[in-house]
Amino acid sequence: MKITVQDHALFAYTGGKPFNPAQPTAVFIHGVLNDHSVWILQTRYLAHHGWNVLAIDLPGQSKSEGPPPESVEQAAHTVIALLDAVGVSKAALIGHSLGSLIALQAAAQAPERVSHLVLVGTAFPMRVSQALLDGALNTPMKAIDMVNTFSHSTLAPPPSALGPGTWLYGGNKALMRRVLASNSQANVFHLGFKACDSYTLGEEAMAKVPCPTLFVLGQHDQMTPPKAAQSLIGKAQQGQVVHLQAGHSLMTEAPDAVLHALVKFLKP
Amino acid sequence: MSGYADPGFDTLALHAGAAPDPATGARAVPIHLTTSFVFESSDQAAALFNLERAGHVYSRISNPTNAVLEQRVAALEGGIGAIATASGQAALHLSIATLMGAGSHIVASTALYGGSHNLLHYTLSRFGIETTFVNPGDLDAWQAAVRPHTKLFFGETVGNPGLDVLDIPQISAIAHDNGVPLLVDSTLTSPWLIKPFDHGADLIYHSATKFLSGHGTVIGGVVVDGGSFDWDKSGKFSELTQAYEGFHNMVFSEESTVGAFLLRARREGLRDFGACMSPHTAWLILQGIETLPLRMARHMSNTEKVVQFLAAHPLVSRVGHPMLETHSSHVLAQKLLPRGAGSVFSFDIQGTRTQGQKFIEALQVFSHLANVGDCRSLVIHPASTTHFRMTDEALKGSGIGPGTIRLSIGLEDPDDLIADLKKALRVAEKAGA
Repeated sequence: MKITVQDHALFAYTGGKPFNPAQPTAVFIHGVLNDHSVWILQTRYLAHHGWNVLAIDLPGQSKSEGPPPESVEQAAHTVIALLDAVGVSKAALIGHSLGSLIALQAAAQAPERVSHLVLVGTAFPMRVSQALLDGALNTPMKAIDMVNTFSHSTLAPPPSALGPGTWLYGGNKALMRRVLASNSQANVFHLGFKACDSYTLGEEAMAKVPCPTLFVLGQHDQMTPPKAAQSLIGKAQQGQVVHLQAGHSLMTEAPDAVLHALVKFLKP
Repeated sequence: MSGYADPGFDTLALHAGAAPDPATGARAVPIHLTTSFVFESSDQAAALFNLERAGHVYSRISNPTNAVLEQRVAALEGGIGAIATASGQAALHLSIATLMGAGSHIVASTALYGGSHNLLHYTLSRFGIETTFVNPGDLDAWQAAVRPHTKLFFGETVGNPGLDVLDIPQISAIAHDNGVPLLVDSTLTSPWLIKPFDHGADLIYHSATKFLSGHGTVIGGVVVDGGSFDWDKSGKFSELTQAYEGFHNMVFSEESTVGAFLLRARREGLRDFGACMSPHTAWLILQGIETLPLRMARHMSNTEKVVQFLAAHPLVSRVGHPMLETHSSHVLAQKLLPRGAGSVFSFDIQGTRTQGQKFIEALQVFSHLANVGDCRSLVIHPASTTHFRMTDEALKGSGIGPGTIRLSIGLEDPDDLIADLKKALRVAEKAGA
């Protein structure tokens, strides 16, 4: 559904169920050049099991309008504004990669608004090499190939986002290209990586978050290796860690394992 | 899989989609000959039916062996996923039936396999889907044929049997300007010779019976989605962008930004039309794909030698292979098919239809049958077999004459193939004396 947030139409996938303010709400936030569809299996399940799901497309990309965020802090404001727009006082925030930093920052900015925090494929600092920043800006197709390769860990994934027969290397590459093409005014690839690279508040933010926090980490993740999440894990007040047999694209490489981790963690 | 570069073609041909079986350790892909799969719980059963979780329910919809094949072909083509079907024709029908219904229109190349022509011209028109056929090399004709309800452009990478090379970059651009996707039949080239997605195609299908299987053992098809076509932006495909009452009111383009076509094709087309592939067939095609790079290299080197022999023979009036400068698609083939334009081609014998028949009957290494892409060399007379329903004018449009002979060059010793052809040409020559 489209929700007006900060004067622009923001798209949020609701998992095939209408938004019901009486239910608990979970907001899913994607990473760079991804969109709501990377969460499709987990969100559709939760939406049919008692949760309101809002899997957003970040502003200015895929199905959402408005200027794309230039920083983690700016995107975090949008997430809180989304909760205001739908009249939700408290929600679970679940983010992947860049989205994990946005969820973390939102939880620190408005801890009273966040019931659970889930950081999937996270790291702090989330440094991006200058070569990759330059590539995202100047040779984005080549940089997409590089990121896509580093984001996957297996040639034989289980049935995934499109069911059996899904080829994840191809699916993610096509999605990254589509999201990049969705904004002809701004390079959301470069902006996203810059936001990751320049975010400095991670440990400080983590220390401010009082709610239970789940870290879902891929043992074969080459983009955000598990050790890169240790500084955040050390600062979490109520941290739990789950390691999965997956690369950076955890939601599609290990869809059931990510779902099981979420269901267990979000259980009232 | 570490490192910057994606795995190469030969590696994917062996490994994409397959890992040692977690239950038994079996290294080769197991054949899962089962109709159904036991649910872990009632909750899992409901979740599988509602696409909340991914997995196998019933082998008409999906099967683990088939899934390996689907992932492997998608990997080799550079697609996002694939669906295995009962035949190449089933793959073509599934593609069309997913995208349109009565009142829709297709623009297709004239240079098509006879079975595809039958489906489009005769059968689908009975169901309200019309097709306008255009000369594939006439780019203006593709644009001129577009109607308000046109929903698909369709052609073969190299037309059967004249080997007109489809100008995929140009034709896909025209298709996209009109908000429709380009579907390409890549059967005769296989992904080893051309990867149509790299040139602008949106959907690809194969008769996997041919080069993918490669051994003339099973009938099968596979359709691959490149994930490149923006169904929402086009605005012409309510089948994919509006809630579908027939499947939980799902809006496929919301569920998957790039995979709406595959979602609907499996959840509607396979479910309702039921043209699924047997897991045993999938396994045999996988066996074939494991050696696809090796076989295609040999197919092409043998073809080169046979084409050169035929082109120099006095009884042969025409050899229709783009490797020859005389072929109308020679320049385009150099650009799009640098490894060669396939091992299925036609040639004309000077003389009567009877001489052509004598030629075919005299061959001993070549088998006279209706197939291509076998490891064995094959021969057929298109005008009286594969394309027999077509009028003379339609035959001409497909580059077929009454004396045209089609060859599919196999993997035998090239000297034996040439000796067989030489002997048969001698018999044909005597028959005309």
